[in-house]
Amino acid sequence: MKTVKQELNTSSMGAQQRTAMVRPNFFSALLRKKESAIFLALLGIMLTITIVAPSFATIGNIYRVTRQISFVAIVALGVFIVILTGGIDLSIGSIVGISGITCGLSMAAGLNPVIAVLIGMVTGTVVGLINGALVAYVGITPFIVTLGMLSMARGSIWVMTKGWPVEKIAPSFMFIGQGDFIGIPIPVIIMVVVAIVAHVFLRYSVFGRRVFAIGGNEEATRLSGINVKRIKWIVYGISGFLASITGIILVARFSSAQTSSGDGWELDAIAAAVIGGTSLSGGAGSVLGVLIGAAIMGVIRNGLVLMKVSAYWQTSIMGFIIVLAAIIDRIKNRQPQS
Amino acid sequence: MNGYLVEMMGITKRFPGVQALSNVDFRIGRGEIVCLLGENGAGKSTLMKILTGVYRPDEGEILFGGEAIRLSSTRDAYERGINIIFQEFNLCPNLSAMENVFLGNENRGKGGTFSYKATQRRAEEYFRRLKIDIDPSTPVNRLGVAQQQMVEIAKALAYDTKVLIMDEPTSALADKEIGNLFGIMRDLKARGISIVFISHKLDEVLSITDRVVVLRDGHNSGDIATRDADEDKLITMMVGRELSQLYAPRKNPPSSEIAVEVRHISGPPNIRDISFTVRKGEIVGLAGLVGAGRTELAKLIIGAVRKKRGEVTVFGKPVEIRTPADSVAAHIAYLPEDRKNSALILGMSARENITMSIHDRITGLFRLISVKKEIAVVDTYIRSLSVKVSSREQCVETLSGGNQQKVVIAKSLAIEPWFLILDEPTRGIDVGAKAEVHAIIADLADRGVAVLVISSELPEVLHLADRILVMHEGGITMEMDRESANQETIMRAAVGST
Repeated sequence: MKTVKQELNTSSMGAQQRTAMVRPNFFSALLRKKESAIFLALLGIMLTITIVAPSFATIGNIYRVTRQISFVAIVALGVFIVILTGGIDLSIGSIVGISGITCGLSMAAGLNPVIAVLIGMVTGTVVGLINGALVAYVGITPFIVTLGMLSMARGSIWVMTKGWPVEKIAPSFMFIGQGDFIGIPIPVIIMVVVAIVAHVFLRYSVFGRRVFAIGGNEEATRLSGINVKRIKWIVYGISGFLASITGIILVARFSSAQTSSGDGWELDAIAAAVIGGTSLSGGAGSVLGVLIGAAIMGVIRNGLVLMKVSAYWQTSIMGFIIVLAAIIDRIKNRQPQS
Repeated sequence: MNGYLVEMMGITKRFPGVQALSNVDFRIGRGEIVCLLGENGAGKSTLMKILTGVYRPDEGEILFGGEAIRLSSTRDAYERGINIIFQEFNLCPNLSAMENVFLGNENRGKGGTFSYKATQRRAEEYFRRLKIDIDPSTPVNRLGVAQQQMVEIAKALAYDTKVLIMDEPTSALADKEIGNLFGIMRDLKARGISIVFISHKLDEVLSITDRVVVLRDGHNSGDIATRDADEDKLITMMVGRELSQLYAPRKNPPSSEIAVEVRHISGPPNIRDISFTVRKGEIVGLAGLVGAGRTELAKLIIGAVRKKRGEVTVFGKPVEIRTPADSVAAHIAYLPEDRKNSALILGMSARENITMSIHDRITGLFRLISVKKEIAVVDTYIRSLSVKVSSREQCVETLSGGNQQKVVIAKSLAIEPWFLILDEPTRGIDVGAKAEVHAIIADLADRGVAVLVISSELPEVLHLADRILVMHEGGITMEMDRESANQETIMRAAVGST
């Protein structure tokens, strides 16, 4: 594809008519098309599940599924921003867990829930910023830094709790995990707010422009006079912060801070981003795509349960879907062999 | 038999919305070096992609040794002995030269295992035959660009190659290495191998080829024996008009006021104690061989690489430059030599690329980017540099080399530079775009910008610069004004024989 397009346009003189052929919003139109394709896939999956297991399309189930999706989606938006810079964050699942635990322990110690929530958020953000500092300023590969952090953060949870869940949770706090507003679960509302802020931030802020630029070409961005290291540092902080939000909501959802909370979620979150069309090499992707990707993951998980697929198979199938998404992405971007 | 090995006749190729080639003829004789010449977008690469089986022509036929053939994949082309060496090499940097040469064509020992010994033996003999002076077991990433190219050539010839296509093979080579390459090309020719040579450098075309085929806008526009050709004729065939003026005249002489003073700069990898000044409105040319340290000097000045010592003053005031951001703040702009890897974000639009260095100036409420402010800046530069884009939203990846370069220039100008460092500003762009870039540079100097032009093309340095500095092994070996400089004096200083 790419080379053909280059052919069409690699002309500088006496060929205005050629360049005029490329419609102004060709690329954004293509992007939109990409999102509508995965949206259709989502609808198709939902339809299939409904036919096999009609209980899917009940209001109660839809309510639960969207809430479940929102947990993953918030985490996915964080790792999505990291992926846009060409990085990766594997520690998000553990950050979900550790933020929930510090939030829960603070409440169990009798602190005001608002303070406890802040403590949870600070925990996630700080862990993220540590990742970011190691990646940006020490220069270690993101894969290794965050893989190590995955284990360090999870281990810290066990150290702090000796493996026991934290159960003395303030009842007033549970609303953010269990309540709803005009029939919409609170976590879904939080997800929508996060998504809108993320979208505006990425598309229209200077910081967002630079995030895409780094993923597109880090060296060119640096030579343009942009402090690349600072931005790379901060995106891991953002990823940690968003993971902490989900961690905190999960405490409220289950009325306890579980030590296994968020375990393995990096898989779902990264998969949501990739299914949503985010390029793993950075520089391309959209918030809307990530949300649809998270919805596909959530709907399939729910559908497998409703269709009474064995739990052993479910894990395999989810892994298969991720690889399938990557294959589709590869085929779509395949270039003619040169 | 008419002596032609390959005859492409009446080749037509359409892409959606574009006629890339119309009824093009291209013939290659046995043991002939043919130059395929044309501006970017003239259809050269499409034609070569048809010859190597990447594209299929819509109309026309290809004869190989007088017999009509169909090339429906790159494999078909390989099997016929048609091979191409791209401008960007396709080597595995971590493997040795010989492993690269025989990649996909390995010597098997007993039981199908890779035989290191047999490979080594075969490679040594092979390199000797090609007069390539490289130890076959050296990893490619320890070889210089010229040596890597030799490995590419050896690799191409490891298949039984009859036609070798070389896409701008000299663009990354120094003069001596080019001479070496030409020697090998002549050897191949003597052994009956046909070569298609694609290059923008007309002096090279005139010295090495037997015949020149020119394309313009997808049509044949000339087919001339090299002995009957000269630069003017070729340029006329390429652009369809006389291009006597590749260099615009200057309107204002440089001012006497010193704009930039660089004092005693030293730093990695090999820059030692360099000092020079650039006056307001002056163009200083920086010549030297590849590896002399010109780009490295520029990177120390703009803070892309941390300097060990030295200082830069702008209009008498010392400026502390530790990072490229400091350089931008000091109104010092740098245009990198490697457009695609260091200057542009290919997947982004012309708009986003042009404003990359001036985000602080185009924000409004909450530090969000103000579309209005951004567009105003972008449109100003697109107009003043006449960048040919379908719209400011066009992805820069789809622009021609010349227009990509103009986008990079626009980005540098957006920071309103007092001092502009241009590193190989016309590399890889066609003649027409070159003239435009030269005119832009002259115009900037006329308007008072201090300009430092790094260029490996001596005519460019000689015509463009008011004053010339020559570097050799990390130091400045000569400074001369335009009147007293000529190609010979520059070359002497560049090789260090002053």
